[in-house]
Amino acid sequence: MTMTMEFERIRGVKAAPLPEMYTSGHRTCQGCDSALNCRYVAKAAGPRSIVLGATGCMYVANTSYYSTPWAIPWMHTQLGATGSAVLGVAVSLKVQMRKGKIKNEPINVIGIGGDGGVADMGLSAVSATLTWPEYDSLIVMYDNESYANTGVQVSCQTPYGAHTTFSPVGTVKPIMHKRWKKNTAAMMAAGHPECRYVASACTAYPVDLMNKVRRALSISGPTFVAILCPCPKGWDFDPRYSHEMGEMACKSGMWANWEMEDGKLTFQTPTSGIIKGMVQRMPVADYLLRQGRFDHLRKEDFDHIQKQLDKIWGEWGIPAILPFKVAEGELA
Amino acid sequence: MVLEKAKIGEEHEALMSGCEAIAVALALADVDVLTGYPIRPYDTVINFIARLIADGQMDADLIHAEGEHSQFEIVKHACVSGARVFTGSSGVGWVFAMEPLVVTPPARIPVVAICGNRAVDDPGAFGCEHNDQYLVRDIGWMICWADTAQEALDLILMSYRVAEDPRVFLPCSLGVDGSFLTHAMNIVKLPSKAQVDKFLPRYDRGKLRLHPDNPISVAVQVNEDWLQELRRTVNEGAITSKAVVEQAAKEFYQIFGRQKDPFFEQYMTEDADMVLVGAGTLSLSVRANVRKLRKEGKKVGFVRMKWLRPFAAEEVRECLSRFKAVGVIDRDYSYGSGDFGGIMFHEMRSALYTAKKQPLVSNFICGLGGREIYEADVREMVKIMEDSIKAGTVKTPVTWVGTRSR
Repeated sequence: MTMTMEFERIRGVKAAPLPEMYTSGHRTCQGCDSALNCRYVAKAAGPRSIVLGATGCMYVANTSYYSTPWAIPWMHTQLGATGSAVLGVAVSLKVQMRKGKIKNEPINVIGIGGDGGVADMGLSAVSATLTWPEYDSLIVMYDNESYANTGVQVSCQTPYGAHTTFSPVGTVKPIMHKRWKKNTAAMMAAGHPECRYVASACTAYPVDLMNKVRRALSISGPTFVAILCPCPKGWDFDPRYSHEMGEMACKSGMWANWEMEDGKLTFQTPTSGIIKGMVQRMPVADYLLRQGRFDHLRKEDFDHIQKQLDKIWGEWGIPAILPFKVAEGELA
Repeated sequence: MVLEKAKIGEEHEALMSGCEAIAVALALADVDVLTGYPIRPYDTVINFIARLIADGQMDADLIHAEGEHSQFEIVKHACVSGARVFTGSSGVGWVFAMEPLVVTPPARIPVVAICGNRAVDDPGAFGCEHNDQYLVRDIGWMICWADTAQEALDLILMSYRVAEDPRVFLPCSLGVDGSFLTHAMNIVKLPSKAQVDKFLPRYDRGKLRLHPDNPISVAVQVNEDWLQELRRTVNEGAITSKAVVEQAAKEFYQIFGRQKDPFFEQYMTEDADMVLVGAGTLSLSVRANVRKLRKEGKKVGFVRMKWLRPFAAEEVRECLSRFKAVGVIDRDYSYGSGDFGGIMFHEMRSALYTAKKQPLVSNFICGLGGREIYEADVREMVKIMEDSIKAGTVKTPVTWVGTRSR
């Protein structure tokens, strides 16, 4: 018995399915790419799906005051429980189908959590869920690089140097947040031998994003997709530039689009061009200077970030993904 | 292990521990999804469940969670999507699950759990205290306490019946005293599968089921616009649960011949002047000493509480106002509370406030950390109640009984 669904690959935006499973009825900010991400994920997954949404923007701004934009079943789960929620529903459906209590059919079980929910508080439960090969599920992390709903506080996914309400620009400490962003998708791919599919995508590349969601849902066992979702409020830019901001994040190398299926790693545009040396990475300052959260950085700060990025892309064993490589002479 | 020889589904008697009896009840109830995380003493139930599943005596999936928070979140979501579920914890494990414990009742999810009562840290004590389960007293969980392995089995079946009643749809936790109940061996009457099926209908989530055939949004965000009404619906579920417990106990008695008194059980109270009140396994020691004191001519009895939520205030009032003095035994504490007494003391005194005839109510805090309650302790309690009766007033409302003097 398998519950995974078979999907056609979406070839071009115009070929995407028309029915919307995430529709009107929410009050997310103008230019919110996290909301756009919900729309893409739901559109790609289709009507035979259940979505579990962790606390965060995509809970509070989506279902405010007893409203809902979800045309498919949706349930709120606690901030740290995205992993547990999908596991709970997946095991429940599987057992009920096995025991003949409900019809045996493929149903997509999707958890959607933010960077705070998935990479900070919920990391333990997400990791646990990715170790259960017999339960089919997908966990989507919408990464808007802060606790945006609560007023933009720093998370482990906030880039180095960014201004947030927990890391303000001070007279004595001009930079309060000095941690490098956690490499969450790579950590999931590297650390969970039973997780057959992990991908990284960005809302600026919607066809790639939707196809990654479909691929994840068609593969048995637990899967994970991290999605960069530019946030006009948290990053401090004009909402009209959300799409452009996503593109620049990828082109500057601050984000990479890749997928790992059964241990095989591939890169997608524009990351693939950078990896192959066909395109140069855009200078990171060009991307950062478009966002108010980096207004306070000085030239040496931009240089520091650029230097780190150059190392990540030039020196890591697997560029942008894994820092380690086998030391010379260790392998036969 | 006794369980391996137990013919689950056939009516017979067997010597087994509380944890084994609970495992048998769960198999008979055809539970679908269970989650476990190790902490003594509740986790022995999971050991037995794992054995039953491994040997094909139970068709269910057991998830080894990576913490208690996940344990309770997993079953919560499994239950919303239609599965009958079970989980449990003890002491600080229970505390670690506090967030899911809090959010389960407002979404009206009938999770059934056990709280293998254990002192909360610090210090890391294994022994029994009731504070862990009392942590969910005010948030919509139904809570009850069992006295024996037999009653643990019975109350598990009762818990599913009441929690999964669509008029209630609230989670239920069964308190089982660590060691005293979880690990002590008793003769247990195991019911047949047919009897259990007669008593316990299949769980039907109805219109609240999370499934693509029923595209609802569950636990959406509200503020001052709707929250008060939502709280009221949970309260209505809690109010209704009282009648549902009564009805379930009645049918349970008809089918199994046990659980005649739904909310509490009285022992030697007919002609009593004074009674002790308590919950859980302390009843064994208290009843033995009540018998002894009766031989000495002291008119003392014992009332053992089973259900604390729903709290049968009317019945408690009617029962306890018959006596001159009532001594509430708390295997718990409520630091800084009124008169610095225990939790059940406040419950009882509050229920008695509107009684036409009020007994003299005193409180005994004892048995903490799994300390045994000895004859001398019960004698001290009775002496304090006698003094109150003599004086016509309660001179010492709260006494820490069986505590070393400084």
